[in-house]
Parts: sequence; C-alpha cells; structure tokens
Amino acid sequence: MLKIIWRRFRENPLSVTGLAIILVLAMVAVFAPFIAPYKPTAINVYNVLSPPDTAHLFGTDDLGRDVLSRMIWGSRASLKVGFFAVGIAITIGIVLGAIAGFYGGVIDGLIMRFVDIMLAFPTFFLILAVIAIVEPSLPTIMAIIGVTSWMDVARLVRAEFLSLKERDFVSSARAIGASDFRIIFKHIIPNALSPVFVSATFGIAGAILIESGLSFLGLGVQPPEPSWGNILTSGKDNITVAWWLSLFPGLAILVTVLSYNLVGEGLRDALDPRLWQHEK
Amino acid sequence: MTAYILRRLLMMVPLIFGITLITFIVIHLAPGGPVEVETEMSLKATAQARDNLKRLYGLDKPLHVQYIEWVKRFVKLDFGVSFVDGKKVTDKIRESVGVTLIINLLSLMLIVIIAVPVGILSAVKQYSLFDKIVTVFVFIGFSTPTFWLALIMMILFGVTLGLLPISGIQSIDVSGMGSLGRLWDWTRHLIMPVGLSAFGGIAGFSRYSRSSVLEVIRQDYIRTARAKGLKETEVIFRHAVRNALLPIVTILGLSVPGLIGGAVIFETIFAIPGMGRLFYSSTMSRDYPTIMGILVIGAILTLLGNLIADISYAFVDPRIRVQQK
Repeated sequence: MLKIIWRRFRENPLSVTGLAIILVLAMVAVFAPFIAPYKPTAINVYNVLSPPDTAHLFGTDDLGRDVLSRMIWGSRASLKVGFFAVGIAITIGIVLGAIAGFYGGVIDGLIMRFVDIMLAFPTFFLILAVIAIVEPSLPTIMAIIGVTSWMDVARLVRAEFLSLKERDFVSSARAIGASDFRIIFKHIIPNALSPVFVSATFGIAGAILIESGLSFLGLGVQPPEPSWGNILTSGKDNITVAWWLSLFPGLAILVTVLSYNLVGEGLRDALDPRLWQHEK
Repeated sequence: MTAYILRRLLMMVPLIFGITLITFIVIHLAPGGPVEVETEMSLKATAQARDNLKRLYGLDKPLHVQYIEWVKRFVKLDFGVSFVDGKKVTDKIRESVGVTLIINLLSLMLIVIIAVPVGILSAVKQYSLFDKIVTVFVFIGFSTPTFWLALIMMILFGVTLGLLPISGIQSIDVSGMGSLGRLWDWTRHLIMPVGLSAFGGIAGFSRYSRSSVLEVIRQDYIRTARAKGLKETEVIFRHAVRNALLPIVTILGLSVPGLIGGAVIFETIFAIPGMGRLFYSSTMSRDYPTIMGILVIGAILTLLGNLIADISYAFVDPRIRVQQK
C-alpha cells in the first residue's frame, strides 16, 4: 500500500521537490546550533542594519544580530507550529467527525452546528481574542491554532464515516460483538484517514502562515526568540532603510509553505483511488 | 422564494445564539478577567477597588446571569462601553465597519473580474502555456504570506518608486483638494490594500472557476451542443460558463470570513481605521467589551455573506427557483 502511494507520488516531480525542501528544512531546524554562523541573540551595537555582505549573508537587524542565524533558528518555530497545531487539529477533528458520522441523528446535528458556528468567525478573530487573554508564546499559539482549525477535518471524517459505516466489514465486526469504540477506532478510522493526511499537509502550510502573521503582528513568538514572522516586524519598522530584513524571511515562509502545498497536492493525487486503475 | 429566504433567516437564529455563547465563553475563560487588566498597572489598587470595579461591570454575578444580561443588551445592539476610552462599543464599530466593508467589496469585485475570466480561459485551453503559467501563479498565490507581500509592495511602490502612499486612507492636506482630487487621493491610498487583500482570493478563484468549467465541459449537454453544430464560442459562453459559474457564487460567500479576517493584517499594516485595526488594537489593550462586540459582529457579517450567496444562488439556479414555487 505504502509502496503504491510512494510510486504514484514519485511521478510528480514538483511534489518530490517540495518533499526534499521540507526534509532539508527539518534538518536545518534540528541542527540549527551547528549550522547557524552566529548566535541568534548575539547583539552587536557597532554593526546594526548592515546590508548583506560576506560576513553576514542576509545582513544584520536593528540590534546588529545576524539575520541568517535568526532565520535558521526561526525555522524551529515554523516546524513546531506546523506539526503540533495540526496534530491538535486533526485529533479534535477525527474524534468529533467520527462521533458525528457514526452516531448520526441529534449528536451529528449538534456537532455539525458547532462546526458551522466555529466557521462563522472570521479567520484570525477567535485566535486574536484568545491571545488577548493568554500571554502569546510559541506553545500557546500552537494550541490556539490547533483548537481553531479542526473543522475541515471533522467534516471530512464525518463524510467518510457516513459511507464506511454502511459497509459489510462494519456489519461483520458488529455481528461478532465488537464494541462501538472498537469499530470506530479499529475498523473505520484506519479506512478514513487518506483525506485527513492530505488535509493535514495543507493544514501545516496554513498553520505556518498564521503563525508568521501573528508573530509579525507581535502576537505570536515573542522576541528575542526568533521566528520568521517577528523578523519581518523589524523589517516593517526599518522599511525605508533595510529591505533585506523584509525580503529573506518572507521568501523563507513562501518557499516552505509552497513546499507543503506541493506535497499536499502530490499526496492527494497519489491517494485518490480513482486515479489508481492503471496501477493494477 | 420568500419562504426560502425566511427559512434561511430562521436557520441563522440558533447559529447567532451559538456565536454569542462561544464569544462569551472565550472571553470569560480569562484567568484574571477584565478587572485584573485594569488594575495590574497600578500597585495601589486595593482589593476594595477591585471589588468596586467588578460590581461596576457586573462581574461579581454568576456567569450565566452575566451571559443572559449581556445577550439581552446585545439584542438591543448595546455592547457596553470600551475600557480604553469609555466610548460606546457600538459607536466604535459603526465608525470603523464602513471602511472595512468598502475594501472587502472592492476586493471581491476585483477577484471576480480577474479570476473568473482567467479560470475560464485556462480551462478552455487546458495544458496550454497560459494554463501552466496560471497554475504556477495559483500555487505561489496560495503560499505567499500576504502581509509580507504588502511589505515588499510598500518598499517597491511606496519607498523606492514613491508612487503610492503607504499608510492611512487620506493625505494630511486632503482638505485643500477639490472633490475630484479627494477621490483620486482616496483611490491612491486604497490601491495597495485592495489589491493585496484580493491577491490570495484571485489565486483561489481562478483555480475554482477552472475546475468548475472543466467539470461542465465533460457533460453530455456540452457534447450535444457541439454535435448540433454550435460555434465553439457559443458552446463555451452560453452553455458551459453559465452552468460552471453557479457554484462559484457559493464559494464567493464562503470567502467572506477570510476577507474580514485578512482585514486585521492589512488595516494594521497600512494604518487604515477599519474594524480589523480596531480589533487588533482592542486585542493589544485587552478591551474586552470591544473584542466581544467585534467577534459577534464579524461572525454575523460572515453569516450574512453566506445568506446573500445562498439567495443569489437560488435566484440564478432555475432548479431551485422552480422547486420553491
């Protein structure tokens, strides 16, 4: 099964490129202390806002810190937010979607109205309201993005459940006396996961965009801890003099998000059984 | 049709109830609550002073009583007064919502004007060079952090070329201009915010219209139209496009929350005195009454956007129109 998916995924060169970039970025994040040429928080008041040169490839910021080193360390924030926020979102989405789809009726109605209500709040609004209450930091925004972005997954899983629960293998499981819990988790969920994986990949891209936006507004990762978004804040503050502070972190976000989107696209095609026919 | 609209309006009632409930719960989960914020700056605030403040805002009552009282006032469109300047929240929202709506409507129009033709063309010429370029643009458009693009545009058009103003919605010397001059001044200020808030939408919508047209082109009635010898332009525009655009109306309605949400970022970057910037500054100053007011109003605007989309869908789709009679 995995082999087939990989073979189909491999056919799309753009998606493979995306996956390669993601892997490189993950390595950069993990080995940041060894790769970064300077300490990300090392202030140098004699060398503020210096344009890119051989000593500082991406220049320095308004406190004389090396932008490249801050970006390398900042990739950790993006990676963490992407995976933890989406992990939370798909967990909530799978559980609520499974309950709604499996039991149907009033429970389904209630959960789906809850989804409708959550979707009515404009993007960012609920997140901002919660940040007004709790101190913004990397862990809190991971949690907040997670609990405000599970709705699509819930809908997907519910739809899968509605069709899967009528299938023979579910009736057989019930006939031999399996509990609801066992049927949901052992029999149906494993079969309902394909669309969730695709949605999760796009979700990582979305979470990285939201985190960088929040950090840019000063409501996410707090300086001196670096994140691509909060480097851009100093880019905005020095917009008339230091273009390099705005250009490079933004490109990093763009390339990262693009890579996840390309992988998501490739995964969607690879997992779509309608496109499998000629494989067999 | 009237019955359909009424039924849709009735369906909104429980949703609005849920929206107020979630808004209330989110704000009152606050560990310290509003009073802590008002007193944390001053060391002299005694327990007595805190209790007085709590009584003033009705925060000493049980939560469900507070909620019911808040909803009662909300029905009369009274969200209380702002912690920051003592102005009525309703007035603050009324003053700022106009700019936000205008920018959103303009960018919706821009999205439709650009994305729909682009989508149709790349579907009709599937796999052509044009289609490939559009696909690349769509992927980049989906992945671009628009606040960053805003920075780059500000550097390019505002700083380097000096063509466009980079903040506010009017110049300082606007009072000295004639009405035409004012309109031009206003337009110059809005070009970047509107263009940028439409950017992501343009990418999304060209994709949607492309796949929607591709879907329709495969249908039997298109083959029929071709078979009876209609010209290709007639087949595309009279038969394919009209049907393909129906679902677009719904998606347009669904894009409202994204646009209003994006306003927070654009209005903050470009210093536009709209609802998004009001929300941002309220968040920074923990102005709870204003935050709650904007949350509810923002969500209701989204519901209205969906409602308008559904109703226009019913108007343009003959199947629903007939069914309702």
